[in-house]
Amino acid sequence: MTSAVKPLERTAKVSRILNFSCVDGPGNRMVIFLQGCNFNCISCHNPHTINHCNHCGDCVPHCPTGALQITKDTNENKVTWVSSLCTQCDLCLDVCPHQSNPKISEISVSDLLALIRKHHFFLSGITVSGGEATLQLPFIIALFSAIKADAELSHLTCFIDSNGELTLTGWDKVAPWLDGAMIDLKSWQSETHQWLVGRNNHRVLASIKHLADLGKLHEVRLLHIPGKSDLDIEVAAVGKFLAGLPESVNIRLNAFQHHGVVGEALEWSKCSKSDIEYFHSLLYQYVRRPMSLPGVYS
Amino acid sequence: MTQALSELQQKFHNIITNPNLSPKQKTHWLSLEAEASLPYVAVSDAVREVMADGSVCDMFEGHAPFKPRYVLPDYAVFLKNGSEYLELAPAQDFDDALNMLSIIYHHVPSVTSIPVYLGQLDDLLMPYVGELTDEQLYTKLKRFWIMLDRTLPDAFMHVNIGPADSPVCRTILKVDAELKQIAPNLTFMYDPAVTPDDLLRQAASNICECSKPHIANYPMHAAAYGDKRFGIVSCYNSLPLCGGSNTLVRMNLKLVAAKAKDEADFLESVLPYHSELMRELMNARSSFLHQDSNFFESFLAKEGLIDEQRFAPMFGIYGMAEAVNQLMDKAGKAGRYGHDVEANELGHRISARLAQLVDEMTVTYGLNGKAVLHAQGGISIDDAVTPGVRIPYGTEPDPVSYVQATAGHHQYYTSGISDILTIDETVKANPEAMFNLAKGALMAGYREFTANVASNDLVRITGYMVKLSDIARYDDEGSRTNTTFLGAEAAKNTGVLERMPRVASLEMTPALAR
Repeated sequence: MTSAVKPLERTAKVSRILNFSCVDGPGNRMVIFLQGCNFNCISCHNPHTINHCNHCGDCVPHCPTGALQITKDTNENKVTWVSSLCTQCDLCLDVCPHQSNPKISEISVSDLLALIRKHHFFLSGITVSGGEATLQLPFIIALFSAIKADAELSHLTCFIDSNGELTLTGWDKVAPWLDGAMIDLKSWQSETHQWLVGRNNHRVLASIKHLADLGKLHEVRLLHIPGKSDLDIEVAAVGKFLAGLPESVNIRLNAFQHHGVVGEALEWSKCSKSDIEYFHSLLYQYVRRPMSLPGVYS
Repeated sequence: MTQALSELQQKFHNIITNPNLSPKQKTHWLSLEAEASLPYVAVSDAVREVMADGSVCDMFEGHAPFKPRYVLPDYAVFLKNGSEYLELAPAQDFDDALNMLSIIYHHVPSVTSIPVYLGQLDDLLMPYVGELTDEQLYTKLKRFWIMLDRTLPDAFMHVNIGPADSPVCRTILKVDAELKQIAPNLTFMYDPAVTPDDLLRQAASNICECSKPHIANYPMHAAAYGDKRFGIVSCYNSLPLCGGSNTLVRMNLKLVAAKAKDEADFLESVLPYHSELMRELMNARSSFLHQDSNFFESFLAKEGLIDEQRFAPMFGIYGMAEAVNQLMDKAGKAGRYGHDVEANELGHRISARLAQLVDEMTVTYGLNGKAVLHAQGGISIDDAVTPGVRIPYGTEPDPVSYVQATAGHHQYYTSGISDILTIDETVKANPEAMFNLAKGALMAGYREFTANVASNDLVRITGYMVKLSDIARYDDEGSRTNTTFLGAEAAKNTGVLERMPRVASLEMTPALAR
């Protein structure tokens, strides 16, 4: 991860890499979380992935092991993260005033390919997630096309976990190398969506339909927030929309919880097992096929 | 009873009047106390010293061993020839075969007195399937499975299946996932040249259902013992078929490393010294068994189900993690076992050295004169020592990193290496991930792949990680659901205040807590 970046090679701002995940697509997947998001969800479970670090340095004095340091980069102050000193206590995330994370690595396509190669016997594929992964689409295309061109790795499936805000042109660009996308549908009425995430949902609905037409839609996820999102109130419209998707598309119902959440959404009721089961029973009248429900509730 | 009891009699009395033990369990503990009342097999003062300080341990096998630790009878010989001693004719059909196996299991001893090896059941039973339909096979095997759990309730009693596909193999996997019993334990042999992927997928999916089977790397074991000449028994011991292990002696690497100045001193002086004492203890124990106990006069030997020449002592080790970390400390290095490349490589050097010492060692009663090296999985009395070469509980990296950190050890442990990966329960919805992990581990050189699907502390929900303890704290609920402990932990933590479970793991509890 620390090897010198070759000039002109694509890099990405990566907040985290998991070698083992069984909840980010089919089989075991390496998950690459990219920093930065264009939504600003009140209910965000990972708010430290939203913005890029502005190098304000507020986190530096809080680091108990000196893993965060101020360095000069062309006369500008820069927060540098020394991973070997870091204990992953996440205090820096708690004190960050900017919904960001100083522990970001700039990783090149070739570095990532080397890591994937090391683990490939353990993997069904890789998933890029976020933040909003598609904000770094040129990197994703470079990575996916390199995987598909590599004899040893080409069997690995390449997935994107996205909020669906990417343009149709964007999806078309990555489609030749994309095996599946997982898209969140957070609200049905555009006004509710605007209030919840800061943007309307026109592009999200268009992305879902377009990916389904391309045969690249793996999963649609509905986050049920009782009394806040409108997916239950608008269940007839949501259900008919989902029923129109190919049967191969997995529909996953997620239950809103408080873990990781900050601000006003902490005052909202959590979604209980019975809440999600009731929502499921409403939705099932329209969808009429198995849907995935959460395995764990807090 | 007015007469004062001697100390020994008081022990017997306590067992006999114990309100929580069944008559059968009382008989077992009484026999252990009787054996323990005899003098220990003759050993030197040096051996006594390392046993007293805990560096070397005989696993509470007893003072005067009269049965081998693990026996792996060649059941195929028994089904083919019948038994003169048991007055049984050769098996004619499937029912005959099951009936005969049900009988002989009660005549196969082990350290716990319950058999640890029930045979390579698909190979054993396939010749007798004849015209049976899949449904008939299912019904018969399901009854057999229930009988095993109810009459021989020990989690270390092991059935082997695979690597080839067969109706018996498939049906056993189906029945095992359906019943989710603790007994029998199950090992599935995997050979990439023979096993179809969809059979390995079924095995992986079973692990998600009931944390069984264990998956053994067939070509690796076959290279050590010969094709079809071995079995996996108890907690992942690989041993010669038609033979077994006469004794298991283990070395606490944590305590032994504490006696060394540095790595060189450990590898070249302290480790060889303790290995020699291990050899003496293995020889003393196995000599009593082979020379004085008359065990090898039994019908098992006379009728060719076992061969005295095919028994070997197991040279066990545990506490690799603590040994490595101490030696790293002594070298002034901060890297920790399981997480740091240098620390992991030091661990691999220790394993290589142990394998060399065992290979260069001649024992009195061994397989071709040799003992077999084993990474031992721990017993309930172990405190602050990590089993075998495992990464300490609570500090484990993700399962892929775990496998890559420890795979380098597996080549050295001929008689097995007990490593358990804990996978969070979200994998149940995605058994393909378990398949990937199993295949990756075997490709990386794992001798055995064992995974526990548990309500782990860390649980991932779509897209983010939650810690169950955090959730508990968050909700201000205070208490987390208790894990159901096996008999071993219950006995350790609570004495015998609580009734011991019907299905126990006697091997984990070699001594009755008092």
